[in-house]
Amino acid sequence: MFGLYDPSIILVYLLCIGSTLLCVIYGIVHWNRSGVEVKAEKIIQWEKEEETLEE
Amino acid sequence: MYQIVLIIAVLVYLLITGYLGYIAYRKTRTTTDYLLAGREVHPYIMAMSYGATFISTSAIVGFGGTAALFGMSLLWLTFLNIFVGIFLAFVFFGHRTRAMGYNLDSHTFPELLGKRYQSRFIQIFSGIIIFLFMPIYTAAVLMGATQFLVVNLKLNYEVALFTFSAIVAIYVVMGGLKGVMYTDAFQGSVMFIGMLLLLFLTYYRLGGVTSAHESLAQLNPMIVELMGKAGHRGFTHMPAFGSNIWWTVISTIVLGVGIGVLAQPQLATRFMTVRSSKELNRATLVGGIFILAMTGVAFTVGAVSNVYFYNTTGKIAFLAANKQVDSIIPMFVEQTMPVWFGILFLVTLFAAAMSTMSSQYHTIGAALSRDITETITRRKAGIGINRLGTSFGILLSTIVAWGLPRFYEAGSEIIARGTSLFFGLCASSFLPMYFGALYSKKITKSGAIAGMLAGFFSSIFWFLFVHEKESQVLGLAKALLGRPALWGEPWKVVNPIIISLPLAIAVTIVASLFTKPLDEKHVQLCFNGLEKNRN
Repeated sequence: MFGLYDPSIILVYLLCIGSTLLCVIYGIVHWNRSGVEVKAEKIIQWEKEEETLEE
Repeated sequence: MYQIVLIIAVLVYLLITGYLGYIAYRKTRTTTDYLLAGREVHPYIMAMSYGATFISTSAIVGFGGTAALFGMSLLWLTFLNIFVGIFLAFVFFGHRTRAMGYNLDSHTFPELLGKRYQSRFIQIFSGIIIFLFMPIYTAAVLMGATQFLVVNLKLNYEVALFTFSAIVAIYVVMGGLKGVMYTDAFQGSVMFIGMLLLLFLTYYRLGGVTSAHESLAQLNPMIVELMGKAGHRGFTHMPAFGSNIWWTVISTIVLGVGIGVLAQPQLATRFMTVRSSKELNRATLVGGIFILAMTGVAFTVGAVSNVYFYNTTGKIAFLAANKQVDSIIPMFVEQTMPVWFGILFLVTLFAAAMSTMSSQYHTIGAALSRDITETITRRKAGIGINRLGTSFGILLSTIVAWGLPRFYEAGSEIIARGTSLFFGLCASSFLPMYFGALYSKKITKSGAIAGMLAGFFSSIFWFLFVHEKESQVLGLAKALLGRPALWGEPWKVVNPIIISLPLAIAVTIVASLFTKPLDEKHVQLCFNGLEKNRN
């Protein structure tokens, strides 16, 4: 296959392509799954703390 | 003419980088902006930044050259880079790191570990490991890039070193992690285009995929004659099981780098820069493709470059390049590719160096300001202190790169081992407690500390006295024992990660069984939202 004859080299060649496809498929399937979001109010609270520190 | 076009290309590239750094500076107002890019990074930027930080010039040129010597067995590292470095890292570490970092309001990797285990010692000690050892790794990247500048732009070595470092310093100090990540995304895109073109042009030049591999297989007897005794079985074969080359390829290159990536502070921090898991899911897609185009291409091109060198010089790549492994890829590109590609490839290598260095500078700075100074003084610092810490970190790294080879005989060799040293130390010291932090409620504070110390000190011992590549350079074994390494084969070629990581895991677990668990409420806070909604 692809001019390669050692099974472990053919295997790793395919694994490289396969693992990339795994990343691609995972990304597409989970495209819109959000989980726990960093909430806007928490960011605002952190920014206020920062401003106090800067002063 | 070539020189002028090259200088213009480099200037255009630097101008775009500078512009992105400026945008980042304008958008950086708080410490969260400075240390975590405001936790609102776009998935494309996050993935490209992760990938471009991960892949330095040495991954392309150094390891590509190594693939020209050891052959396609190095593709096992590419597989681990994608499967472990991207898929497992993003899916099994990334989501939890992001959520836990948010629950604990952590801004750095040591801070995440320290807060998770309620231990200031962990945060400070981790910060010290980063602050002391990362500059050697950074120096390796900086010196590699400087060599390219010296050769291609005909600059003086010192001028090139300080100028290059100063350019990166400006956007890191001023733009913080936003500066780092915006420029990384641009630099990663340049690298992606450059490497894809390299792959297509190489296979085209060698008559296609199958033809290139078959021609490479015909050269197997030549390398077996040269290195068969050490276990080489040909460019298109795995080395003989248990041989010296097998141990080098598997333990140092494949496992040392492939697994070590999971506990790299500058990469783990990236997970905390996005708003939700959605961005991480999308980034997984981009990251997988990016890494295949980086090490996958470098190792394949490195291996098949032997065909070109044999056809033109009658020698395999290693001998055609006078046994200078690092020269193989640049020689191959210079001799086989069109002039315009040679220029693009040089910019690709600069981009690879700058993207790795910028993150290293930022991480060293954050370790000094956030993890060491703030934790010791128990005072929260503003963005000014962070900028000061980063500046000091950059200065230190640059001085190491400039001064170590100048004032210490084995300085250059120590720096050349910097990547391996840092990856080994991080994996053994951080990985057990990092994994435990994300997945176990039973690992105790004492267990985490004991595991970290066991991993760190056993790694240091192995580097100083057993793993010959480092122990010979560091020289302590020779001074105390009269020989470069404590034991012979196979130990002297077994990477520390094989010994120290299992030891650190065992110590972490055993010590946790006999010590006081963490406060239940605190553990609940850490895991808030993680059980129900892993993604």
